[in-house]
Amino acid sequence: MSGTGSLNQKSPANATASERADDARSLRIRGLSKEYVRGKPVLTDIDLDIAGSGMTAIIGPSGTGKSTLIRCINRLVEPTHGEILFMGQDLAKLHGKALRMARRRIGMVFQEYNLVERLSVVENLLCGRLGYVHPFLAWMRKFPQDDIDRAFQLLETVGLADFARQRADALSGGQRQRVGIARAVMQQPRLLLADEPTSSLDPKTSVEIMELMVALAGRDDIPVIVNIHDVELARRFAKRVVGMSGGRIVFDGPPGELTDDHLKAIYGGEKWLQG
Amino acid sequence: MAPGMSAAGTIRHTLATPSWPKRIAWVATFAYIAYAVSLLDITWARFVDGIGHGAEFIGRMVPPDFKRWQLLVNDLGESLQIAVIASAAGILLSLPIGLLAARNLMPGWVTWPARALIAVCRSFHPVIVAILFVKAVGFGAFAGILALVVASIGFIGKLFAEAIEEISLKQVEAVRATGAGFSNVILFSVLPQVFARFIGFSTYQLDSNLRNSTMVGIVGAGGIGGTLFAAFQRFDYDFVCAILLSIIGLIMISEVISARLRATFQ
Repeated sequence: MSGTGSLNQKSPANATASERADDARSLRIRGLSKEYVRGKPVLTDIDLDIAGSGMTAIIGPSGTGKSTLIRCINRLVEPTHGEILFMGQDLAKLHGKALRMARRRIGMVFQEYNLVERLSVVENLLCGRLGYVHPFLAWMRKFPQDDIDRAFQLLETVGLADFARQRADALSGGQRQRVGIARAVMQQPRLLLADEPTSSLDPKTSVEIMELMVALAGRDDIPVIVNIHDVELARRFAKRVVGMSGGRIVFDGPPGELTDDHLKAIYGGEKWLQG
Repeated sequence: MAPGMSAAGTIRHTLATPSWPKRIAWVATFAYIAYAVSLLDITWARFVDGIGHGAEFIGRMVPPDFKRWQLLVNDLGESLQIAVIASAAGILLSLPIGLLAARNLMPGWVTWPARALIAVCRSFHPVIVAILFVKAVGFGAFAGILALVVASIGFIGKLFAEAIEEISLKQVEAVRATGAGFSNVILFSVLPQVFARFIGFSTYQLDSNLRNSTMVGIVGAGGIGGTLFAAFQRFDYDFVCAILLSIIGLIMISEVISARLRATFQ
């Protein structure tokens, strides 16, 4: 960790777990920078190691590059410099087929769910298998029976079995995000990215969504990186909190070590912390 | 205008500032219309004369003459075939062309040739295109079909491209993030968003092609238009009337069918 305010030199809480499965499953980011406009970096020289299990929360104010960081990992955003080492390859250098193969094992949950509104719920789940299915078979809706069975099981797990054949746009926000999580889990990912998964939801639903994500990721032992601006949710669910400000990492440690001083450094100002 | 209580010295607000270029443009427009009217010998006397001729013409149209109904049914059938075949081929060709022309999914070097092709197809009225195809492939329905395929690409190719440009890219991004290849991204994130609109455009194009298929015959490109034109030239106005009524009937039936089709796919 080379973030300026870094408190902790090693990944906390589950050091043994990360050591055990380290090389095969962890994610290592080295010197990652992103400039959408030349000379105006959104991310500056990020170094970050994510262990092969547990939830890591990235907190920080809007516009500080959290979303850009997470999208660089699955290359929805092109990094300007740096390395993203995952499953024995540098994701930042992949193109075409190799990139698609890598994406198949990285699930993503979005702030606005990003379901395909006019497809049914179960078809949305099966979107998680599209990296494996020939376009003609996918078009004919001839997915492998295992995938279909697993989709229905997963819908049962997230409590939406009755909605399987309804169109996704008939669901409420919380239900949609459940589908979003289930779609990501359908990929059988080795890494789950979540970009502000609760920002469009009410507080109660937000907690339920976080619980569901922790439960499903825990069941299959999938490491999760979640961008979240709700500090309390981050504290409650993550094993590790990474604080970002101005495109840099300014805190990295277990939630217990996150103090008001750190929050001031991350978000700036202090009035909002009082009361 | 200024709000109430205005005494001397308050600032008066006005809504529009006079614009001389605008005024000049208006004056020039009306001047051109007046000039064109004077040039084309449009007079009241001719209009009054025309009403008389028109009444006589309509008088000779009734009662409509359906004695040659077999010819009528044959020709209408050919027009229908031209319209259906041209629509099917036009829609199939417009799908990839529209996709290639969508600027939110394709790079510039792909979109500009596709957009240029659509623009060329749109430039000419179907009758002009039909004349060209009659010269190229000879008289008959084939020329009409080709002409209406061109018209279809020009019209729905553009509408398809615009519909694709209006989709939500978030859904596309999500499907792309699963590692899906290009075809699967199109099938599962683009097509579901535009499918209902494509159906709407396609049925509209079928309607439009049906109307145009009754006309391309005038230049020898098949369908009922040729018979209509011949009847006009022989002053068979009662047969003309029968043809016109049949065309109206055909169009109304197609309106009903396409409305059903749209409702089914919504």
